[in-house]
Amino acid sequence: MCLGIPGKVVRWLEREGAFAQAEVEFDGIRRIVHMACVTEAALGDYVVVHAGIAISRIDPLEAKRIFETLAEWGEDEGWRSDLSSEPEASP
Amino acid sequence: MQHKGENDSSSWQMNCPVSIPSNAECVTLAHGEGGRLSRKLVQERIVRVLNNEYLVALNDAAQLPEVRGPLALTTDSFVVSPLFFPGGDIGSLAVFGTVNDLAVSGARPLWLTLSLIMEEGLPLAILDRVLESIAGAAEMTGVKIVAGDTKVVPRGAADGLFINTAGVGELITPTPPGPATLKEDDELIVSGPIGRHGIAVLAVREELGLSPLPLSDCGSLLQPVERLRDGIGDQVRCMRDATRGGVAAVLHEWAETCGLTLSIDERSLPVSPAVRGVCELLGLDPLHVANEGTMVIAVKQGTSAAALRILHSLSETAGARLIGNVTSRGIAPVTVRRTLGPEQPLDDPLGSPLPRIC
Amino acid sequence: MKYLDEYRDPRAAQLLLDEIRRISSRCWTLMEVCGGQTHSLLRHGIAAELEGTVELIHGPGCPVCVTDQEAIDYACQLSERDDVMLTSFGDMLRVPGSRGSLLDAKTAGAHVRVVYSPLDAVELARKHPDKQVVFFAVGFETTAPATALAVKQAGRDQLENFSLIVSHVRVQPAMEALVRAPDNRVQAFLAAGHVCTVMGYASYQSFVEQSRLPVVVTGFEPLDLLEGILACVKQLEANEAQLENRYARTVRSTGNPAAQHLVQEIYQICDRAWRGFGNISDGGLELRPEWQRFDARTRFTEPVLPVINVDECRSFEVMTGHLKPPDCPHFGTRCTPETPLGAPMVSSEGACAAYYRYDGTMSRR
Repeated sequence: MCLGIPGKVVRWLEREGAFAQAEVEFDGIRRIVHMACVTEAALGDYVVVHAGIAISRIDPLEAKRIFETLAEWGEDEGWRSDLSSEPEASP
Repeated sequence: MQHKGENDSSSWQMNCPVSIPSNAECVTLAHGEGGRLSRKLVQERIVRVLNNEYLVALNDAAQLPEVRGPLALTTDSFVVSPLFFPGGDIGSLAVFGTVNDLAVSGARPLWLTLSLIMEEGLPLAILDRVLESIAGAAEMTGVKIVAGDTKVVPRGAADGLFINTAGVGELITPTPPGPATLKEDDELIVSGPIGRHGIAVLAVREELGLSPLPLSDCGSLLQPVERLRDGIGDQVRCMRDATRGGVAAVLHEWAETCGLTLSIDERSLPVSPAVRGVCELLGLDPLHVANEGTMVIAVKQGTSAAALRILHSLSETAGARLIGNVTSRGIAPVTVRRTLGPEQPLDDPLGSPLPRIC
Repeated sequence: MKYLDEYRDPRAAQLLLDEIRRISSRCWTLMEVCGGQTHSLLRHGIAAELEGTVELIHGPGCPVCVTDQEAIDYACQLSERDDVMLTSFGDMLRVPGSRGSLLDAKTAGAHVRVVYSPLDAVELARKHPDKQVVFFAVGFETTAPATALAVKQAGRDQLENFSLIVSHVRVQPAMEALVRAPDNRVQAFLAAGHVCTVMGYASYQSFVEQSRLPVVVTGFEPLDLLEGILACVKQLEANEAQLENRYARTVRSTGNPAAQHLVQEIYQICDRAWRGFGNISDGGLELRPEWQRFDARTRFTEPVLPVINVDECRSFEVMTGHLKPPDCPHFGTRCTPETPLGAPMVSSEGACAAYYRYDGTMSRR
């Protein structure tokens, strides 16, 4: 129930206020998500969706930090190159 | 049966492929009474579309030619809701489902019976669409519908349309000997991405608002089965299309029969992005979701590479993968290795999280 | 899937596991609060890998498990009315009440429908004006914004046929009660990442100062959980007690203000009975007076049938970390997902369900 799944904002339908809605893509499948709590999200941003509403925008810089730490530990198993790659387009 | 209020959609209204005007001709109780209207329905709609020499004769029983050698016989009923789903409908399901059951048992499908139980009020245009679909699937698989039956039940006693098909086929050697013959180190394969059918039906029935709509894998397994038989025939232990309960249900059945452990690796499972996305969203495990045109295959140790080469040469099984193997009975009948940590038991599906999938 | 798969990388997980083992001078006892975290720890084999290094006590963060039995009874009762369509998250369907579960009611002919989102329930109310659509609003603060939005939408659209059975619960009062208990063994907390996404974590500062226990805001994927555990262990090894955020890609210290405003507009804090725990002061949310018309208990005036306490379930002991599910005498025998004695065996976030599905020890019996 605490399932919060990351998805990409691909199209805004209603931008403002309590009835804001956007189309969000989860690995190639799109669904309309209620965006009242994350109206600042831009196209291409990733949001965490729970029970049909977005509850947070994912910060891409913070998202990389754990991999930066692991890379610092000297275990450079390709994470350095991963860090600079852009999110791949969904098929 | 699910509670149905007046405003609840009938199983034919959801995802309906044709627009039905409010004054459309519908099935009435009289169509099932055996009189003139019944005969008209059978002759003008069913026989005309499914046209073959046995059906046209309209005897009480189809008189079929001799078959030299042992036969296989199977039956299945289809109560899927909605009737039409992306990638198929109850008609194609009814043909492919029974054809596939014969095929994975080692038989070449020959003849099918077709029983229709129609709800009073079902638009005839819907029936026609389903019949066309049945005809198409029969032609594709080379089977003939040789006998059948039609019944009509009052409004509310069935949901749109229920179908039963029984199928007869001739066993072709080598026939897969079955799960009792599984041995340690035998290899396990799935013929394509898993969970597609259940997700396709769920997405439409629960109006999940997904786009694009995920497609069912409803289709024929005849070709892949025939090629496997020709290529590596006696290396195949058993095959099973993974319908209700998904791949997990098949593995549990086989494990129960052979008393060994079937062990799979989660990372080798082919899962389409659409199924993955929906399963994550809804908290479902693709291993427990129904398939229709996807099978689990067990082959003797060392044969999987040859089996995969054969499967990959066909478009319908291009996504086949080696997913695990058989081992001595360990911590559970079926185990799965996940991203981290030790092997875990894979639970036997309790009951379908997704009812009326097929 | 981006922002999911990379946090399941086994090589990265192994590195974090090694580091946790390297720095641990003794076996510390941590509690992960949220049931979703419990499931992830078990499903991904992390709990198994850490056996002997870190003891993980499973907390009460399963909203389905702590939803009062009376609320389930009420939901079942309403569902049997001809004019009602009872909508609910799928998780609640198998939880036993006094006279069976919602699934039992459905099987007997009641109109019960599973929805993924409370907003879908509002849509059903729009589509079925002849039915009273009632939504069973369970969940922590993670879910309250969604149900609040549903009420707000129903208000805007002046829907007369939408209402909630409000059963929301709040995490922090439960954590405080746990810590006050004289036999508390928890030495550090992995705070519930998605609750904090909404509420922020500034409110834990005084909790940390008073209890002198580290609190680390933690996510749900393997790398997130391992990071949170590592942060706790580092603090404990250094004899520190700080508030940290290890789920910063999603959680900010002030949380999501828009979500909080939405919740505050619709709900107010109240006392609430938690199944297995009894009454927890400030442990729940209820509709504010100006939104009372959306409360099913206001809309339907029939009396509730008396609660029959069916619980031989030892959920309280499980959810406070005093009993590991496999050690419960009913586990796997009288209590299974098919025949549950209580909620934790059927909830998708219940600790007992997690052990039943993912723990190999169960099968070794």
